[in-house]
This record gives sequence, structure tokens and C-alpha cells, in this order.
Amino acid sequence: MSEALLQSALNGAHSDGFVRVEELGVQGMITLRGDFASAGFAAAVEKVTGLALPAQRKISIGENATVAWMSPDELLVLVDYASVDATVAALTEGLAGEHALVANVSDARAFFRLSGDDGAVRDVMAKVAPVDFSPEAFGPGDIRRTRLAQVAGAFWSPEPGVMQVICFRSVAQYAFDLLRISSETGGEVGHLG
Amino acid sequence: MLILECPYCGVQCEETELHADGEAHLKRFGPGSSDDEFEGYLFRRENPKGVHFERWRHVNGCGKYFHAARCTATLEVFGTYSAQTLEPPKDLQDKISAKRPGWTWRELKGEG
Repeated sequence: MSEALLQSALNGAHSDGFVRVEELGVQGMITLRGDFASAGFAAAVEKVTGLALPAQRKISIGENATVAWMSPDELLVLVDYASVDATVAALTEGLAGEHALVANVSDARAFFRLSGDDGAVRDVMAKVAPVDFSPEAFGPGDIRRTRLAQVAGAFWSPEPGVMQVICFRSVAQYAFDLLRISSETGGEVGHLG
Repeated sequence: MLILECPYCGVQCEETELHADGEAHLKRFGPGSSDDEFEGYLFRRENPKGVHFERWRHVNGCGKYFHAARCTATLEVFGTYSAQTLEPPKDLQDKISAKRPGWTWRELKGEG
């Protein structure tokens, strides 16, 4: 990979309102499509990532990889940016003979992290996505693929008080501004915490 | 606000997460069909007051198409089901019959 591509979309922009919003650095992301019911598919995913296929709307976070359920035939695999090419090669090899697709989409994405009080983080997300953010409805291990105001996005909460958000790189500025404005001091909601 | 359950994600999607995609179960008439059949395929659509079957796409989500059965007069949703089918599942049709006895839609007829 050339050095130029190693720059994230917004160069690590951040804002500190009642919730901290920061753009994370480059992140390896691989789109994986195939037949979940096929034993060969599940075996290849497990061999490369060390993780079993996640259940519907779940995300499995492992030591070296994270695997997220995106649709009944699509997974998102997150690994270190530096190991993307090797992971793609390993998955492609493991899936030889399967009807499957492995695509490196790392440079097509932007990645954000919201942190602060758990209720406040959930309030910010609830402003921008049509999702029930109560802890009972959306907890650790859940991932939701939906919209962030007017653009597509996905998010999960790896631990209380943290929300990680991904969207397309082409709308990174829009998504950051949306999260920044939604978390400005003075805009607290106090509904979820 | 319409809330439909995506049969692929299991998510209770509110309308803004979805895209309406017109009538369900259209049969395509292409080359070799009569002018009348082709016109019907292209233009003639049901516009019922009551039970209706529609195609929706979970566009801000899994991206899959699915079908929904609902009442256009009350906005009651009877159910959603897979797009990989030529007609609504029997149990859904029975459910609609229980709520709207004698319903009809194109060639489909409810009981009661």
C-alpha cells in the first residue's frame, strides 16, 4: 500500500462536546459474502479469524479479528490495516471452491469512536439513527446496520460508554459533522442516562 | 409511520430505513408476450382499499428485498415474508382471512 492511502479520511479529527467524537485511524475491513449454511464457508472464516460465524445482528470480537453480521449472506471482517492483504489472501484460499466473495474495502470506509457517559453516548446515537438505543435493546455484541441521518452506516458498542461507527469514506465529513453537532455541549438529552 | 419487520434481519424497521418498491408478485411478460400482457406487466397495478401486498427493500440495512401484507385503509400490517416466493404464505393468508373475511387481491381470495 502506498503511504498516501495510509491516511484516514479526516486525519484524526475529533471534537469534545458532552460526548467525545474522534475519527479513528485506518482500519482493515473486508467484505465477505457467501453461503452461511455451507460448512466450508464457516470453516474458512473460523480458520482465518479464529471466530465462529456471528448470529443474526451480532458481532464477535476476537484477539486479532472482529467478525460482524451484515446480512444473511454478508460478513464484515475487521483486522489490522497492515494485515489486510494477508487476511484477504488467506480467506480467498480457504474459500476456494465455495461460491463466495472476498473484497478489501478498507480504503472505502471511515471509522469513528464515540466515548463518554454510556447514556450520553446512546443519546447522541439516538439523535441520528432510527434505532432503540436502550441498553436492553442494543447492548454489547450487537451490531446494527442502518442510516446515520441521510447516509448509510453501522455501529456497535464494544463496551459501555463507547460506540464505534463506520460509514463510507465519501461521506466521512458529513458523518463526523453530524456526530459533532449532535454531541455539542448544550445538546444533552438525558433520556437514556 | 409504518413499521415493518425485515424477515432477513429481524429488525423492526421504521419506514425511513426502507424503500417502497411497488406491488408484490408481478409476473414479468417479456419478448413473445402479447401487447395486452406487456401493457399489464408495465402499467396496470392494483390500487385497493384494504388488503394489499407490496415489495419493500431494506435499503438502509441488509439491502434485501422482502414482501409485506398490509391494509391500505388502516395501515395495519399483517406480516412480512421472503421475496423468494410467488405468492403469500398460507399462514399469512389465513391470518388475513381471520381479520378481513372475504378479502380479494388479484387472483387471490381469502376465506370467509
